[in-house]
Amino acid sequence: MYIVVVGGGRVGYYLTKALLDEGHEVVIVEKQAAICDAINDELGGVCVRGDGCETAVLAEVGTDRADMFIAVSGEDEDNLVSCQLAKHKFKVPRTVARIVNPKNEVLFKKLGIDVTVSSTDIILENIEAEVPTHLLTHLMTIRDRGLEIVEIKIPTNSSAVGKAIKELKLPAGSVLPLIIRKGSRPVVPEAETILQAGDQIIAVTSPESEEALRTALRGS
Amino acid sequence: MKIVIMGCGRAGGRLAGLLDADGHQVAILDTDSYSFRRLPSDFHGTALVGNGLDESVLKRAGIDEAGAFVALTQGDNRNVMAAQIAKHIFNVPRVICRIYDPLRQELYSTLGIETFSPTKIFAEMLREKLES
Repeated sequence: MYIVVVGGGRVGYYLTKALLDEGHEVVIVEKQAAICDAINDELGGVCVRGDGCETAVLAEVGTDRADMFIAVSGEDEDNLVSCQLAKHKFKVPRTVARIVNPKNEVLFKKLGIDVTVSSTDIILENIEAEVPTHLLTHLMTIRDRGLEIVEIKIPTNSSAVGKAIKELKLPAGSVLPLIIRKGSRPVVPEAETILQAGDQIIAVTSPESEEALRTALRGS
Repeated sequence: MKIVIMGCGRAGGRLAGLLDADGHQVAILDTDSYSFRRLPSDFHGTALVGNGLDESVLKRAGIDEAGAFVALTQGDNRNVMAAQIAKHIFNVPRVICRIYDPLRQELYSTLGIETFSPTKIFAEMLREKLES
């Protein structure tokens, strides 16, 4: 696959390295000469100096034949413009933008950017998961379906402990496909399965019913 | 009409003064309060410190009721992004955006944003002067 990466910062550098290792053809576009030289020294001539928001630069690196275009600079507005150029001017089938402000996800989607990756959200979720009192952890978002996969730990004081799944007031649209218990195999729960303190539950839910699901499993 | 202007540089400050004098309700944004020195002393509008790419700042500036939004910062990409937020998130009826880079300006005008490139206009104007 031919992939154009814009932004030679840490994300751009490690991403390119990984993509090259997987055997892809990759070029990085980076504004600063010093960074370009450093990348070319380490990875071989993969970095082209230039502004990834300029049509001429993107034409020079052959964006019109790219299968994928990834903008990972630290500025949301630059990533947006790069991706819009790639999409509309060079007809790249798949555009990916890194965003720093999670609020921009809606706008980028609306403007036709295929994938947005919010570094802020990812860091927040990972840290949240390490907070012991944090009941619900986001594992994954199923894009285009409005669903997410979350993990919920049942605390000892939860009113759900000792109850069967069918007794819980689960919000419509939420399912519990898996329970992970210490010292035993993962269980696919049935209506009669009794919840225990410390159970780790993997659930599929919509963001809207997340709060109701949390309440149903924590009890109140 | 309620008008929100992003960027209080020479052009933004001057435009705000003119529109204010014409009786429009003007709100002008800039990330640096020092820029507001460019507003005329009898300016009646609102001057707000904040980033126009932030939806909450735009709301504070009254973008929900605005009839027009003008993006006039020094950054082409910032202008383009703010203009698209105004148009697609807040549905402002009239959005105008300055883009210095003529190529980028062409792209965004084909994408339905009302844009102008001072670079292009100025070059053409100078040519006309020199050739007449």
